[in-house]
Amino acid sequence: MSINLTLLIVMGVLYACGIYLILERSLTRVLLGLMLLANATNILILAAGGYAGLAPLFNKATDSHEYNDPLPQALILTSIVISFAVTAFMLGIIYRTWSLARQDDIQDDVEDRRVARTPSFDAEDDAAVPVETSEFPLPHAEPAAPDDTGATVPAGATHMPAAAAAAEEKPGRRAPGTTAGPTGGEE
Amino acid sequence: MNIASLAPLAVVLPIFGSALTFLLIRHSRTQRAVSVGLLSLTLLLECWLLASVWEGGTAAVNIGGWLPPWGIVMVVDQFSSLMLVVSSAVSLAVLIYATGQGMTDGDEDAPVSIFHPTYLILVAGVSNAFLTGDLFNLYVGFEILLTASYVLMTLGGTGPRIRAGVTYVVVSVVSSVLFLIAIAMIYASTGTITMADLAIKLAELDPGTQALLHVLLLVAFGIKAAVFPLSFWLPDSYPTAPAPVTAVFAGLLTKVGVYALVRTETLLFPGDSLNTPLMVVALLTMVVGILGAIAQSDIKRLLSFTLVSHIGYMVFGLAMSSVAGLGAAVYYVAHHITIQTSLFLVTGLIERRGGSSSIDRLGGLARLSPLLALLFFVPAMNLAGIPPFSGFLGKLGLMQAGLQLGTPLAVVLVVGGVVTSLLTLLAVARVWNRAFWRKPEDAEYPDPVLQSGGKTGVLPATMVGPTAGLVAFGVALTVFAGPLFHVADQSATDMLGRSSYIQAVLGENAPVPGTTAHRESALPSEPEQLDTTAQAVAK
Repeated sequence: MSINLTLLIVMGVLYACGIYLILERSLTRVLLGLMLLANATNILILAAGGYAGLAPLFNKATDSHEYNDPLPQALILTSIVISFAVTAFMLGIIYRTWSLARQDDIQDDVEDRRVARTPSFDAEDDAAVPVETSEFPLPHAEPAAPDDTGATVPAGATHMPAAAAAAEEKPGRRAPGTTAGPTGGEE
Repeated sequence: MNIASLAPLAVVLPIFGSALTFLLIRHSRTQRAVSVGLLSLTLLLECWLLASVWEGGTAAVNIGGWLPPWGIVMVVDQFSSLMLVVSSAVSLAVLIYATGQGMTDGDEDAPVSIFHPTYLILVAGVSNAFLTGDLFNLYVGFEILLTASYVLMTLGGTGPRIRAGVTYVVVSVVSSVLFLIAIAMIYASTGTITMADLAIKLAELDPGTQALLHVLLLVAFGIKAAVFPLSFWLPDSYPTAPAPVTAVFAGLLTKVGVYALVRTETLLFPGDSLNTPLMVVALLTMVVGILGAIAQSDIKRLLSFTLVSHIGYMVFGLAMSSVAGLGAAVYYVAHHITIQTSLFLVTGLIERRGGSSSIDRLGGLARLSPLLALLFFVPAMNLAGIPPFSGFLGKLGLMQAGLQLGTPLAVVLVVGGVVTSLLTLLAVARVWNRAFWRKPEDAEYPDPVLQSGGKTGVLPATMVGPTAGLVAFGVALTVFAGPLFHVADQSATDMLGRSSYIQAVLGENAPVPGTTAHRESALPSEPEQLDTTAQAVAK
């Protein structure tokens, strides 16, 4: 009895390919990668069972060391069933992605991108409150128009007009001429 | 007959209910009655289990009569039964909430009718993970709950949910593969996967192998528990799911990961070898998570980030590996399951009443719906750790344990914990100020639903009821903090001592490896001290 080197090499190759594939952006390749990883792990469990031996059917004439260890094979069966279910579900999701968006790539989280673009200036929390100097305020006191003041606020490394910063708070909209946020404006 | 031998029913009942509700897929009213009834039955059974182990006493059930270490074993101790009761109570509340939502919206047809069977499978998976004493069965429990969660996450199959589902599924599968690799390596090096047996045999391996297995398990469970460098997937995927689904995910799934981390650290690898990295990771989880929360304008996303952040507290309590720290962590897990779930449920109500969950589009909810404001305010303050709520008690317990430990890193973590608590307060106060206190017309982009006075008018009682019940349950955790802390400390003592767990599984004569000296010296007088503090504050 000896260690099955072929099995170990196959396992290593499967792991390498699997890890390479799950790092791709294409969903189908990710799925293939996950399947390879699951199968590589099954081989690892098989290898964990030790040397190859006889089928574990009790026979008085056989010495107990000649049997194969049945437990890892039971574990592999369970793990095959589980990875089968997950693969089927992933296929469903990939098909659904394709029928919804006509693409096979992992898509960005839109809300996350929006939060990343949000300037540190917050129109409600951080805007300068107009100082009322008069003791008797005029009933129609003119509100400070940010467009005319030309005030700028720091936005990341650059400065941007306060009006534009306020406009950028708007979900999904962008004021014309606005500079990109701190992390750049990739959509 | 020992009550504990009924423990497998906590897994079997929901699975049976799932099959039954699947058959009743065309009879939605019967389906609802069956699922709520069976889950209530499970909850009663688990309360019974908790009562039977309340004063200590760990019990083990051998499935199918196979003796350990060959067969699968289920272990009922104080920690697992406490987790079972809290998780089932929370899932029952969420189930009633979801049923109420489904009934009001009239979506009686497929695919929402698949909700009940899947949900019960999820509950079965969670119960299995809490009960099992077998490492591979723990993996199976994880897979049961994860597979159910994939379906729930992508319920309805809309664009954003599918996008979020892809990330979630891929990350979960990778963590499961890591866990499976760890199991294979553990089996290769020890020849067993029964956790009690492993507790004895892992200690005999050479330190290098031990460290490898330990780190593999920690990384696998760390992904599931959303501990900082491995938490990126959570705020990306949770917020897009339907409100009740997000609520139950936030409450339960990460906590199953935390539970597994606790078992790894206390039962399998009790040494202090990785406590320092765990503490650093806990600090980063707390601070980075909460900084993320402050940047968000969507309440669901904000809550997802606070969820990540507060996992840090539990890891902190775990990393101290003292009775006081672990006991506080156990209490904190129970508190956090309840509070985080009720906050997500309230967010579902906010979305319903205000038309949106973005704080830029909300305003004036305190006047429009005072009940909603109350339901948000209590758990929000609880989460931020304002006295006298349970969040404060749990954090106080952790701080005391940290100061008792007294190492510089522990003190840094205590400071980090206080800062995180304050920043949590800032985050929820921001929601409060914008969504509840300002006038509706002050909202940046007021939602049409808000201005028209709500599309549904009054909120359905079947949704408000469970939410209020869960908020009340959170308050009850405060009122009964004394006895709860007592149980938490006892379970921490048991877990760190390990002997009751190992002997319950392997029999009275099992050899119990000795615990380290500093842990024994940390035992006396701390539980009582923490107890009296908790009781004093609870009064």
